[in-house]
Parts: sequence; structure tokens; C-alpha cells
Amino acid sequence: MSASPPVAQPSSLTLRSVSKTYGATLALDAVDLSIERGEVVALMGANGAGKSTLAKIAAGVIQPDHGEIVLAGLPVRLASPLAAHQAGVVTVHQSTELLGVANLTVAENLILGELCGGSFGLTTSARRIRLRAAAVAAGVGLDLPLDRQFGDLGPAQRQLVAIARAAATDAKVLILDEPTASLAAAEADRLFEIIDRVRSRGVGVLYISHRLGDIKRIADRIVVLRNGRRVADQTKPFDLSAAIRAMIGRDLDGIGAGRENSEPGRLMLQIERARLTPGAAPFDLNLRSGEILAVTGALGSGKSRLLRALFGLGRLTEGDVLLEGEPWRPHGPAQAIARGVFFAGEDRWRTSFLPPATPGADIAGAIALPHRRSWFPRGILRDRRERNAARRAIEALGIRCRDSHDELDRLSGGNQQKVVVARWQAAPCRLLLLDEPFQGVDVGARQDLVQAIRAARSNSATLIATSDVEEAIEVADVVAVMRDHAIVGAHDLRGAGAASLLGAIAAVEAGDLARQDGRER
Amino acid sequence: MSVDSNAAPVAAARPARETRDVGRILRRYAIFIVLAALLVLFQSVEPAFLRVNNLFSVLQSVAVVALLGIGVTVTLAVDGFDLSVGSTAAFTLMLSSYAMVVLQLGAVPTVGLALLGGAAIGLINGFLIVGLRIPDLLATLGMMFLLSGLQLIPSGGRSISTGVILPNGSAAAGSFDPAFLLIGRYRLWDLAPLPVVIVAIIALIAWFVMERTRWGRVFYAVGGNEAAAHLAGAPVKTYRLAAYVVSGILAALGGVFIAARVGRGDVFAGSSLLLDSVAAALIGFAVLDKRHANVLGAVTGAVFVGIVLNGLTMLNVPYYTQDFVKGIVLVGALAITFGIGRGRR
Repeated sequence: MSASPPVAQPSSLTLRSVSKTYGATLALDAVDLSIERGEVVALMGANGAGKSTLAKIAAGVIQPDHGEIVLAGLPVRLASPLAAHQAGVVTVHQSTELLGVANLTVAENLILGELCGGSFGLTTSARRIRLRAAAVAAGVGLDLPLDRQFGDLGPAQRQLVAIARAAATDAKVLILDEPTASLAAAEADRLFEIIDRVRSRGVGVLYISHRLGDIKRIADRIVVLRNGRRVADQTKPFDLSAAIRAMIGRDLDGIGAGRENSEPGRLMLQIERARLTPGAAPFDLNLRSGEILAVTGALGSGKSRLLRALFGLGRLTEGDVLLEGEPWRPHGPAQAIARGVFFAGEDRWRTSFLPPATPGADIAGAIALPHRRSWFPRGILRDRRERNAARRAIEALGIRCRDSHDELDRLSGGNQQKVVVARWQAAPCRLLLLDEPFQGVDVGARQDLVQAIRAARSNSATLIATSDVEEAIEVADVVAVMRDHAIVGAHDLRGAGAASLLGAIAAVEAGDLARQDGRER
Repeated sequence: MSVDSNAAPVAAARPARETRDVGRILRRYAIFIVLAALLVLFQSVEPAFLRVNNLFSVLQSVAVVALLGIGVTVTLAVDGFDLSVGSTAAFTLMLSSYAMVVLQLGAVPTVGLALLGGAAIGLINGFLIVGLRIPDLLATLGMMFLLSGLQLIPSGGRSISTGVILPNGSAAAGSFDPAFLLIGRYRLWDLAPLPVVIVAIIALIAWFVMERTRWGRVFYAVGGNEAAAHLAGAPVKTYRLAAYVVSGILAALGGVFIAARVGRGDVFAGSSLLLDSVAAALIGFAVLDKRHANVLGAVTGAVFVGIVLNGLTMLNVPYYTQDFVKGIVLVGALAITFGIGRGRR
């Protein structure tokens, strides 16, 4: 599997006409992708476009149905993540749990591969580990707190440690999945320096991101995926607005048209002079019933914090919130739900679902969970009540399943997410808060979800947090941009034509660019 | 194991599905099938086995284990674990003996004191786990040690019976209230021991609450995914605390039953209660292929073990093989729950 390559190889990694289907969904359709030595290729695409499928195939996590993988000139089969790692494809995941071992020190984490693989020798001493780790850190030009526990680090530093570790291996290809998502400006700069060093050593980098500012700074080439196909391939100088158009790739007039007849109702939510964190700028936000507002911004920009504060899971540092004109300061989910303020968190298996084999972990039970208090005031369950609610939801949202007692882990990601949305549409609602509702959802299911959310909006206000601008534009009437825990701009899409929509996208993306420029100064 | 329905011809797929269905039914009713087979075996070897009197004596012998098993089940449902049930029962056994023999209380205040004691122990367990965030196993292990030591202190390490000599040298003046002894010894219609009837009623109530009410669903939801339960509006901490209080009260009632049956505060009574009741609750996972803690399963598990031991005793199998037999039953049940035929995903 791991053949040592001749020194002058033309390309680090080539994927030739790779295809992958999940059930009826074609996730990748004969995609070609080639990363030259020392080249940074940015992979762009909306959620569900096939970015992560492609990255997983390159990392050996999943196997393609068709196609060929050529690594440093040799055709390989990457049967597992370990095989891919040994062959020289090193991946840094986005999720912080996968980045390192929490109860070891940073130094131990930096040389984890050597420690676990046995190349460090039989005996270890703290001094030797520290020396070796210091060499690794110096090799990528990072000053890291070597003696601290990895688990005590914040997400950004964990990310840097994981990237330093990956860069220190003699990788041929480095795959970085949304690496700047949790990084502040200064940390992102350090990341880019690491990437520059790695690149100069001839390592090819696949850089998955939808932050245009970062892509502009670091990439040599942009590849855009949409619906599992490669729709654009740009080399410098980039035409970013063409890339966005390729990413969205749809008649933009159609979107604007659907929104003209939506008539906003009474003022549902008013946020006045709110500060999310002590240092943040204050902002105002108004939301009417029948309106859908999407807050977009990078990870850690405060979108989730805003939603959670409105649901009673945290507090605003400052400012007033009015719900239908009355002060709204919930102490917790129970009170919020009783008042018709509903919240679906990101990562449905962590925040919404019970594990399989728990009583009430089927579709009907998942929908009924928060409503049982009002549905069964005397406490005694009636299966038929839950079943009927589930049946209505299955029909309304087009959930593909056998019946309402199916277990959730048998549904596709899109259908699981429909169950989450169905839960909060099963009772009268005043304010619906959805945090990343399109995570891990394929394009077809996403359209169903958007439709369901838009169809049910008439008597309630909907606030959606998403880091994906395209999702925001697809679902919302108003797109607000959040940065550094404050809303810095809002764009009304109702009745807008293609031109002004593109303008709105550019303005939203420019937010990222402006931050980028500020960083460079 | 997983059959790709697209690739496999239809004719080949059908028998595979039928085998799977048969496997599922077997797993569902495995314990009942084994139980029926054992009953037939014991009955054919020893005709006295299926007599009503013998069956009630089996039930009498497992009533306390079943009761504690229900408590363990409720704590398992909230993804906790109560290791202190056995010593809670032993503690209340000593507490009620002390209350009558030394403090000269009557039956009613004694039972009240015992149940209150159980509730207090449950509250403390709950506070350690919910309030101080001590892991459940460790907190209840600590409580287990604490109680099994505490029960020895008032009597100076002696068993408590009428006229026992106290640490201060005087003899205790009180005695067991006859009304109290009736709790353990009275037989309804001259047939069914009172503890069996009470445990049956409690089991029915517990089953109903856990399976057929929204409160039961919240217990399970808290145990399945605490964050999701919290975000769905459940008072997570209250339910966790309640689970330990229920477990404490049921264990205390078990202690009362033992005291009322034995008629003295025996220091070593109840030493096997913890393992037996945990085993019953775990065997219960396999009943009806539920794969989670459930009341019906815990009671079935306790009764199953009781019948096996009773039958083997009748067959003159020596007493010292009992724990070995219990172990086999438990391992078999766990294999059914977690191992056999689980490759369907």
C-alpha cells in the first residue's frame, strides 16, 4: 500500500471520475480532482454538494462506487482511514473531539503517532517527549503550550495542535476540513503560515471551506461542486462571484419571485440594544410573524448564542427582548416551550434525539417528546394521539419511512432532520429557532425542508442560524450577517430580482472579506 | 449479516428475512421459552413442584429481590445506577428492629420511619449525583459502605432481637410488634403471602408509570439523552433525583419485609440482595427483547432466578452452586440482549 514515490512526481493526488451513491441519491457523479505537488486546492460547495463525500473518499473513510485514486503516480485503494494515513493522506477533521486525546499533554498529542505506532521506542520520558514535540512545533513554526492538557485547550488551539501534528508527518496530501471555522483572525494567520510552509515542502493541500476571504488568501485553485458534479475550476486570478454563481447554480429570479406575496404580520420579536457578550457591539433586530430571518456568519460568530439566549439557555449581557410586546427573559427550555418559543439545536443526535432502543425513540416519540405535557395533561399516554401527529408530519414533510414507529437511525439524514422540524411544527408556535437545520442534509431533502419551513411560517416568526450563505438565501425573507457577536447588516430579499440578490450575496461575503482585510492590515 | 436487497435476488432474500423474523421472535420470548421448558423438566422430576404452595414460596423468596430490582430499573432508566439498594434494605432492617426493640415504637411509626429513612438515603444519593456531580456508581458505592457500617453502630455490631444487650450495658426493653410481624407472615386467603401481594401491586403501578405515562417516558428520555430531554423542556435534575428516591423507598420497604419475616435485626441478612436485584434488572433487558431496563423484565428476571433455584434445590443440587447458576442465567440473558443476532445494522 505505502510505496515510497520517486522524488519528482507530477501530482500528489488524483481522483479520476469518482462516483458515489447513497440509496437513491447520487452524491458524487464522475468527479475529477487533481492536486499537484505544493498546490492548495480550495473545494467549495453548498452543504450537500458532495464536498465531504469527496474528502471522505480521499481520506479512506468511504469507498467510491466507481473511479480511481492515484497517489503520487501510483493507483491505490484506500481501504480505511489508517491505510490512507499510511499512504500519506492526512486529514484534519472539523469536529474538535476527533482532534486529539483530551487527557494527554499537548506535547504527547503532537507526537501521538510516534508514541502509539511504537517508533518512539519502548521507554519514554517526559523530557524526551518534550524535546521531540518542541522540534515538531518548531518545524511548523508554532509556539504551543506543550505542558498543558490537550483537553484544557480551546477549540482554536486544539485545531492548531492537530494541524501541526498533521503537518509534521511526511504526508503527501493534507486534507483540511473547514480549518478556520473556529479560529480567530490571528490564529487563522498562523494557520496560513503553516500551510505555506507545508506547501513549500511539496505537499498538496485540499482545503475545504466556504469562506471566500480565506480561499482568496491561501488557494492556488478553486474547484466548485454542486449536486455531486464539478461545475467550476478556476485558477488565479479568481472570479469569486462566478464561483458563487456556480455554487448556487440556479435561476435566481425564481427565488425572489416566491417571496413577494409573503405578508408580514404583527411584530413578534423585538431585540433592542442587545449585547451578546460584554465586549460585543450592540444591535437591534425585529421579526414579524410570517417572516423568516436567517442569521449567517462564521462558526463562533455568535449565531448559536443568540438563538440559545432567546430559548432561555443563556442570557444577553445587555439589552431588552420583547415577545409580542411583552418582556421575554426565559429561565429555561420548559418555560420557553410553554410560551410557544421552540428551538432545534444543531447536531440532531446530540440535541434532539434519543438513542435507538430507548422507549419513545421512534418517529412518533421523537415528535411527541416536548409536547406530551400538553397532549396528555393527566399523564396517561395515548399511542393514537402520537401516531396521528406523526402521520400528519410524515405526509406534510414527505418523510420517507415505513410507518410512524420506525426507529430514527434507519432514516437518511435528510429525513431525520424533517422529523426534527416536524417536532416543532406539531404544536402552535410563536417563535421557531432553528440552529443549522440543514446540517448533513442532501439537496433534495433540503428543498423539502425549506418548503415545509416556508409553508408553516404564517402564524409564527422563524429565526434560522446557518453558516452557509446559500442556505440562508434559499430559505429566508431576510438575511442578517453576524460577526463578532453582533449583527452587522441585514438584507431583505422579498421581491428582489436576481441582481439585488447577487448584490446581497456579495455584501454578505464581503463581510468575510472585510474581516480578512482588517486582519491583513 | 446485512443483506444488500438490490444485489440479492428476490427469491434468496425472502428466506433470509424469514430466518431473521424467527430469530427475532426467539429472542423476544427466549426467557419465557426457557422458563416453560424448565417448568416441564422440574414437574416431571418432582411432581410437588407445580403445587400452588410451592409456587407461592418461590414468589415469597424473590419478592424482596423483585422490589429492589424495580428500584434499580428506575435508576437504570435515567442512566444511573444504585449500588446502595442492598445496604439500604439491610440498614432499614436494622433501623426498624432498633425502632421497635430499643425505642419501643409500634408497627405504624416503625414502617413510617423505615420508609422515611429510605427516602432520605435516596435524596442523599440524588444530591451527591445531581448536585455534586459525583458519578452514580461511585456515589452509591460510597453510600453502600456508609450504610453497611452505620447499621452496626447503634447495636454495637450485634444483631437486634428482644432483650439484646446495648453498648451501654443495659438490656433493650421493647420487642417486635406482632402487627409488624404480620406484614411478613400474614397470608391472604391463607395462601398468598402479604409481601408477594404488595410487591405485585407495586410492580403493576411501576410498570404502568414507566410504560404508559408521560412521566415514564421522561425518565427514559433523561437516561437516553440528557441534553435532548432538557431541550425538550424536561426538568432533568428532578427526575434523576426522583429515581434515587424511588429506589431508596422501595429498598427500605424490602428491608421492612425481611425484618417482619425474620423477626430480628440480623446483621448479615440481605448481603446477597444487591447482586441478586441488579442481576434481576439486567436479566430484564432480555425480556421481550427490550434492550433497556424495564419493570416487567426485572420482575420476570427475579422470578426466573427464583424458579431455577427452587427447582434445582428440589433436584438436590447443592446450595453452593446457586451463585454459579445465577451467573449462568445472567450471562445468557446478556448474550441474548447484546450479542446474538445484533448484526442487523
